[in-house]
Amino acid sequence: MRLHKSGLMLIAAIVTGFAISRFEHLINPYYYQVLIYIGINIILASSLNLINGFAGQFSLGHAGFMAVGAYTSAVVTSQLHFASSSMLNTAAFSLALLLGGIVAAIFGLLVGIPSLRLKGDYLAITTLGFGEIIRVIVQNLDFLGGARGFTGIPKLTNFVWVFSTVAIVILLVSNLINSTYGKSFLAVRDDELAAETIGISSTRVKVIAFVTGAFFAGVAGALYAHFVTYINPAQFSFLKSFEIVVMVIIGGMGSIFGVILSAILLTILPEMLRSVAQYRMVVYSLLLIVIMITRPRGLFVRTRTAKQSVALKTLR
Amino acid sequence: MSQLSESMLEVTSLEVKYGAIAALRGISLSVKTGQIVTMIGANGAGKSTLLRAISGLIRVCSGNISLGDADITNLPPHRIVGFGVSHAPEGRMIFANLTVRENLEMGAYLRRDSDAVAGDLDRVFLLFPRLKERINQQGGTLSGGEQQMLAVGRAMMARPKLLLLDEPSLGIGPILVKAIFQTIVEINRELGMTILLVEQNAHLALKIAHYGYVLETGNIILEGPSSEIACNELVRKAYLSE
Repeated sequence: MRLHKSGLMLIAAIVTGFAISRFEHLINPYYYQVLIYIGINIILASSLNLINGFAGQFSLGHAGFMAVGAYTSAVVTSQLHFASSSMLNTAAFSLALLLGGIVAAIFGLLVGIPSLRLKGDYLAITTLGFGEIIRVIVQNLDFLGGARGFTGIPKLTNFVWVFSTVAIVILLVSNLINSTYGKSFLAVRDDELAAETIGISSTRVKVIAFVTGAFFAGVAGALYAHFVTYINPAQFSFLKSFEIVVMVIIGGMGSIFGVILSAILLTILPEMLRSVAQYRMVVYSLLLIVIMITRPRGLFVRTRTAKQSVALKTLR
Repeated sequence: MSQLSESMLEVTSLEVKYGAIAALRGISLSVKTGQIVTMIGANGAGKSTLLRAISGLIRVCSGNISLGDADITNLPPHRIVGFGVSHAPEGRMIFANLTVRENLEMGAYLRRDSDAVAGDLDRVFLLFPRLKERINQQGGTLSGGEQQMLAVGRAMMARPKLLLLDEPSLGIGPILVKAIFQTIVEINRELGMTILLVEQNAHLALKIAHYGYVLETGNIILEGPSSEIACNELVRKAYLSE
């Protein structure tokens, strides 16, 4: 029943996307660009939420997966680009997105394996290191353009591609989390040993979280590459990873809705702050600090945590 | 009645070390099918270590643990659950951000017989009415006693052949302790679950168990039917404070 409903929602989302894309040329190009970035950031934040928020594995390497997807797909379309036929381009782009996701997922598997032995801060440092390794390797690969970057990527990403992917990610994550199988993610996050004692393989949960999360980060990277048409390693530095982590934390770790809203908010906010010119990033950072002080569990967390409830009890 | 004499769990010369420190120094014990067996002993005697070794949460240095015909020594914990062993660990270890219902449902994670699971859920609520009142509350918001009930209930939901209970009386008021022990007897009698109960509260544990072991600094110093152990001079002095 639930799956049936999700299917309908997915179709509705894609149809709406197509309808809006008919009027693409009417939208101010600047707003259009911000809209696309919002979509890509929702994909990135939701997929990281699966790893950080649901499975409780603190990863700081999401930009690394994104880079893998971006470069893989760029290589695919640069080999398969057909200027004349839009049908063939659609096929090539589908293949590029898929391959970008798959190769990123393979890297997710590679990072997932150390996560079986590492916890908390140690895992964060390891994944941070992983992201940087990817960046440095790409920087030194000549056929990918090295530090000069990869140019001439066909502009294939549009509203429909981005928001269809957004719909798929959101439906997948929310269906997963409401299933018994998805609850095993939450169980591992809450108490890994206890999860093992009821028959959950924590190894499997972590690896699946990393692989799925990395897949969608890869797809997001591919969408990004085919929108900006030029990528270079600096775009995928650890700053990008932090940006995604901040979206997840501000939204509320493990809150699907919250993370979507915070991805939207944190994409728009820096744009709106363009008016304060050179103080833009200062104001942005200050706002983040204020949010963290006033809503330490994230903006949109509705469920009360154990600690807060105990505090409330003692207050009464 | 022949089933009663069959051994469900067989532990032979089990050695467990934490770094250089030996927690269990080659102990052997056996748990017969359908019985409640208790392991009593002071803090640091190695009681929890024993249960953790059986359920696979820590590695065994040497020795052997077998369940029926199957050797389960050093298998990963989630596989041992599949053999029908369920562990309600010390410190409760419930899922703080899942509701009471979700915690219990997760206990049946490996089961595919959803009708029977629903029945077992009702049974847990019958045994622990308090949990039913708290059904939609998050696990972390329960009181200590309620969390203990939840841990026992969750372990039961796997419908194990062997239930390992680690200090169910720890940090709980006397009235609740009595209720929990009563429930343990019911689980054993009515559901036919075999139970290995680790306890500091020797008095209560020996009252409900069929057979008992006394563990002291990693060695078993005494074993026998629990009525005999309860009469033992040494035990009376050391553990029953008489």
